[in-house]
Amino acid sequence: MPKVTFKEDLCKGCELCTTVCPRGIVTIAKDRINKKGYNPAIVTDMDKCTGCAFCARICPDVVIEVEK
Amino acid sequence: MVKVFEKPKALTDKPFHYCPGCTHGIIHRLVAEAIDELDIQQKTIGVAPVGCAVFAYDYFNCDMMEAAHGRAPAVATGIKRVHPDKVVFTYQGDGDLASIGAAEIVHAATRGEKITTIFVNNAIYGMTGGQMAPTTLVGQVTATSPYGRQPEIAGYPIRISEMLSTIEGAAYIARVSVHDIKHLMQAKKAIKKAFEIQIKGKGFSIVEVLSTCPTNWGLTPIEALNWLKENMIPYYPLGVKKDIDGGGE
Repeated sequence: MPKVTFKEDLCKGCELCTTVCPRGIVTIAKDRINKKGYNPAIVTDMDKCTGCAFCARICPDVVIEVEK
Repeated sequence: MVKVFEKPKALTDKPFHYCPGCTHGIIHRLVAEAIDELDIQQKTIGVAPVGCAVFAYDYFNCDMMEAAHGRAPAVATGIKRVHPDKVVFTYQGDGDLASIGAAEIVHAATRGEKITTIFVNNAIYGMTGGQMAPTTLVGQVTATSPYGRQPEIAGYPIRISEMLSTIEGAAYIARVSVHDIKHLMQAKKAIKKAFEIQIKGKGFSIVEVLSTCPTNWGLTPIEALNWLKENMIPYYPLGVKKDIDGGGE
């Protein structure tokens, strides 16, 4: 099962990853802020992830790792 | 489980200082991925510019040199001539390369220096606070063109890739974009090709990467990618402008 890991404390909440996910499961966590002071990006439903790594490729801060 | 995507080895662990959504981070990563895939990290020397990417020497995990504003191609020339077996690249923005460094880049290409330039064009001076650059589009509002760039006063934006493609010593010139997944994969391919051209000793290679500046454009990162696509690409057409190794327009 594919798995993506977000290093949340590196995220700047730019939301670019949320626009490219073909499954629409990447979103911004509105309920918390990270060390940098941003709402970080998270995955809502890991079971739906296909491991395409689109989110990781568009991320300007190399926050995301993808395993398959 | 196999890692299908992780931070390339040619990047250090230092977090980027760039603004949220700035595509410098994507372009840094693409360059690092190309270095990893070609397995040239141990013999690559980069030259950092003045501008937002001034701290590039902290981010690339290879030997790096900092150049005076616009002078990266001159510094890279010296490094490459002393170390012809190394892979030498410059990483420059449009304020650095197209303005104060215009002479350096033209003559590095004219001499056919066997270096690779990554030219990040976001149509504005980012670090200094969003002033008009030579690449600023007609009508584009910046800190120094509050009514939009007016050609009768400020002239027209310069198309560096097209200009350099008339120069004999240039071996590979491409303009790419990073506004979506498809284009950023093409961008990586072009960057890799530019390094390969240098390794083969064919001559000067440059990849112009259209980039965003959400902060100084006054847009969100998502809006900025759309602005790039709708406004920059029509004026700065993508594609391979010159390739002496086959291909091109």
